[in-house]
Amino acid sequence: MIFAIVFLVLIVIFATWLMGMYNSLVRAKNEVGNAWSQIDVQLNRRHDLIPNLVETVKGYMTHERETLEAVTKARQQAVQITGGSVEEKARAENALSQTLRSLFAVSENYPQLKANENFLALQEELTSTENKISFSRQYYNDSVLNLNNKIQMFPTNLFASAFNFKPAAFFEVEAPEARKPVAVKF
Amino acid sequence: MLEQIRANRRRALVLVAGMAVLLAAVGYGLAEYAAPGAGAFGVVVALIVWSIQALVSYYSGDSIVLRISDARKIEKKDHPVLFNVVEEMCVASGLSRVPDIYIIDDDALNAFATGRDPQHASVAVTAGLLKELDRDELQGVIGHELGHVNNHDVLYMMMLAVMMGTIILLAGLGRRVLFRTGPGTRTGGRRSRGGGIILIVAILLMIFAPILAQLLYLALSRRREYLSDASSALYTRYPEGLARALEKLGRSTQKLHSATPALAPMYIVNPLKVTATGLSDLTSTHPPLSERIRILRSMGGNTGLAGYDEAFRKVTGRPVGVVAFAAPGRPPSPVPPTEHADRVRQTTDALWALNDYIFIDCPCGTRLKIPPVYAGKKIECPHCSRVHEVH
Repeated sequence: MIFAIVFLVLIVIFATWLMGMYNSLVRAKNEVGNAWSQIDVQLNRRHDLIPNLVETVKGYMTHERETLEAVTKARQQAVQITGGSVEEKARAENALSQTLRSLFAVSENYPQLKANENFLALQEELTSTENKISFSRQYYNDSVLNLNNKIQMFPTNLFASAFNFKPAAFFEVEAPEARKPVAVKF
Repeated sequence: MLEQIRANRRRALVLVAGMAVLLAAVGYGLAEYAAPGAGAFGVVVALIVWSIQALVSYYSGDSIVLRISDARKIEKKDHPVLFNVVEEMCVASGLSRVPDIYIIDDDALNAFATGRDPQHASVAVTAGLLKELDRDELQGVIGHELGHVNNHDVLYMMMLAVMMGTIILLAGLGRRVLFRTGPGTRTGGRRSRGGGIILIVAILLMIFAPILAQLLYLALSRRREYLSDASSALYTRYPEGLARALEKLGRSTQKLHSATPALAPMYIVNPLKVTATGLSDLTSTHPPLSERIRILRSMGGNTGLAGYDEAFRKVTGRPVGVVAFAAPGRPPSPVPPTEHADRVRQTTDALWALNDYIFIDCPCGTRLKIPPVYAGKKIECPHCSRVHEVH
């Protein structure tokens, strides 16, 4: 009798432990999905802000038409990629970041623009959105790492393969070509 | 982190239970004093008071705390930069709801977080802080506060603050009753015995309030401050920001007017600091600032929780780290290299390339440089243990 009760208790403890492990895997997996959608939210926010920025800046920067056009074009390309691969998307968004950076760089030459409150507010919004984009990538990569660790490490790995949990892919920070070794001339 | 969250919940429960015992004792004493034999009734009343108080501190402790500290809620248009920084840190920490944001109109440099869980959290910063800190530093401070929110420190700290407030209030009340009844009891012979009891209770409360405060301060171990520093470094990937902010906070001599002993442990740096900070280190609620700064500074490029742990052990010389149950295997995350370091790296890479070394960029951010003899073999990344084919 006592033996049976002890056995039963042990089984219950074991089952609870298994359940906890399974739930932790599911939680890690959902976290990855959630983190991924965060990146998308921030990218869309940036797309929404840019037309306002261009509209505000247009009146002041009469000599920088090319810079403005580059921003508009890069935004267009980034928006159009909806079903594309992750790499394609990352490349378009990086190009957009570059054009924005050069826009803010040339804006230094226009003191009147720097005094425009609307412009300053937009600049703050865009800076913050850029930060949020990189933070959401960072968080996405952290949660991917967490999930992959769970999938590959003992004892959760036994479970992961049984229930078909797949490791997720990391979000590369830069476009692949930016990672090639840089040629240095002596 | 789960471990820490559970410990916090347990501590909050112990706190509430301890408060019940204390109040029941006071109720018993008061009732016996008023009418001998009515002790049980007093206990019942005290327990009703206690349950109301516990519920109030759980559900609206945050608004009480915020009101006491003279914090006012702000909208995005009032301070867009602060709002954005909080939002950024939420994204970085994976917090699903942006906390309510409050400003305390005070020149002192300080900040705290409160709320019962991440879904009901608030952060408050002083106006002085907003004026003195740049964006990176503000990010570090907010990261620290959201660290408290994410580790569920806020519930315990809030309950503690409200309970402490109640005890201090009770002590004051006891003193008042004592002084009022003091002269009147001279004539009544029956009252003299009861007067003795309330005297004892009141004196005990008066003695206990400050001692209890001290004990709770210590229980509010400094470890959670270290842990939140570690979280901040993890979220911002830039420990230098928080280090600089702490430096500024430590240098400021402005006193926070709304600070009380009950609220002191919630702040990022002790708002009741005496000028000789070195002396009060042993009993203070916060770890010494200089140590916190040194740990953050010696993290180098390894900004994960493990990196903080290593820096902590190196700086303090203690064998046991502060984030022992941190999420396993968070690897060092690459920091953006400075311009100089970047140039040096490019040059050395060029030299390796001249010697036919093979480069592999691991997704974890490490660049592996492999001697040509390994071509065609497999190699493991020393940081994240991914296996790469060498072509």
